[in-house]
Amino acid sequence: MSYLGQVSKMVSFDAHGGAKGQAYYAEPATGARVGGVVLIHHMPGWDDWTQEAARKLAHHGFACIAPHLYFRELPGSPDDCAARARASGGVSDNQMIGDVDGAMKFLRAQGISNGKVAVMGFCSGGRQAYLAGGRLKGLDAVVDCWGGGVIEDDPKGLTAERPVAPIDFTKDISAPIIGIFGNEDKRPSPDQVNRHEQILKDLGKTYEFHRYDGVGHGFFAAERPAYKGEQATDGWKKVYAFLDKNIGPRVKAEG
Amino acid sequence: MCSYIVEKIPVFGSAKAGDSWRRIDTAHVYFDHPYDAPLDHALSIDFHNHAAGSRERVAVELSAESARELANAILAALDRGAQEHGEAAHGELPASIAPEGMFHY
Repeated sequence: MSYLGQVSKMVSFDAHGGAKGQAYYAEPATGARVGGVVLIHHMPGWDDWTQEAARKLAHHGFACIAPHLYFRELPGSPDDCAARARASGGVSDNQMIGDVDGAMKFLRAQGISNGKVAVMGFCSGGRQAYLAGGRLKGLDAVVDCWGGGVIEDDPKGLTAERPVAPIDFTKDISAPIIGIFGNEDKRPSPDQVNRHEQILKDLGKTYEFHRYDGVGHGFFAAERPAYKGEQATDGWKKVYAFLDKNIGPRVKAEG
Repeated sequence: MCSYIVEKIPVFGSAKAGDSWRRIDTAHVYFDHPYDAPLDHALSIDFHNHAAGSRERVAVELSAESARELANAILAALDRGAQEHGEAAHGELPASIAPEGMFHY
């Protein structure tokens, strides 16, 4: 048995508004063509764990770009950039969509690409991934990990920067969707996840939802108390299988 | 959950980071996933000097429990200060920190 090697590096990509965005990129060391994932970090920023998740996806046979959604706040550390973005109201949905579009094009331009691209996000990034699934053309899969605010029950949650709840774009989603949720989460709550699923059913969308008992929000994050190994391990396996089916086949180590 | 909520308040004072002091004029207070503290959620406070155009901050991330204890300790210390020092601990804001200067996001 052997492991799949990988290459990871900092890259720039063509972001919203003609800006040059900063991103972390990881790809498996293989001669095969692979699918790519645009990985969206959570609100607190482009943190170490996001890059670890990018490497994890490469380790499991996919190329991954993790754009720094707060690169416009540079110079500074990712946490300082996040604090500045937060203080100014957070990134707008339009800007985020433009950035994800640019990251998607970056993936397709790589020699290793098989032409298929998924978008994946955690927490607020899960919301943004779902929104990208509805607003961007050309995505092959959507991975929503506990995206809060996909269904927005609080009118205050809709702002000038984020004026429409992502659920309202569900009708426009053509790619298959996977949702990973904790049954002790409050945002999204189990009731919101149930309503979300009903809308997907009503619209005839291709989706799979996986709900886990004993966990709340963010249970993949190994450095936080919310982490639960059993549920996280199973959740990742569900994600790999979903990506293998929709943007794969995933490349594996030989021998 | 990720939160976009930020409470912004004007403050008057100084903060120290490393070996340097800096004047601060604004505090941003929010509750969300922390960046560094090994917690699911944290109460974060960023102290800024916006008047100087600085983009630097002095930041803390606290557990909810310790943040409440800190808030109580601040009030307790101010109450004791008021007993020993009189009006100084009741809050004499400089003219630049007028009540109408309060703002929330």
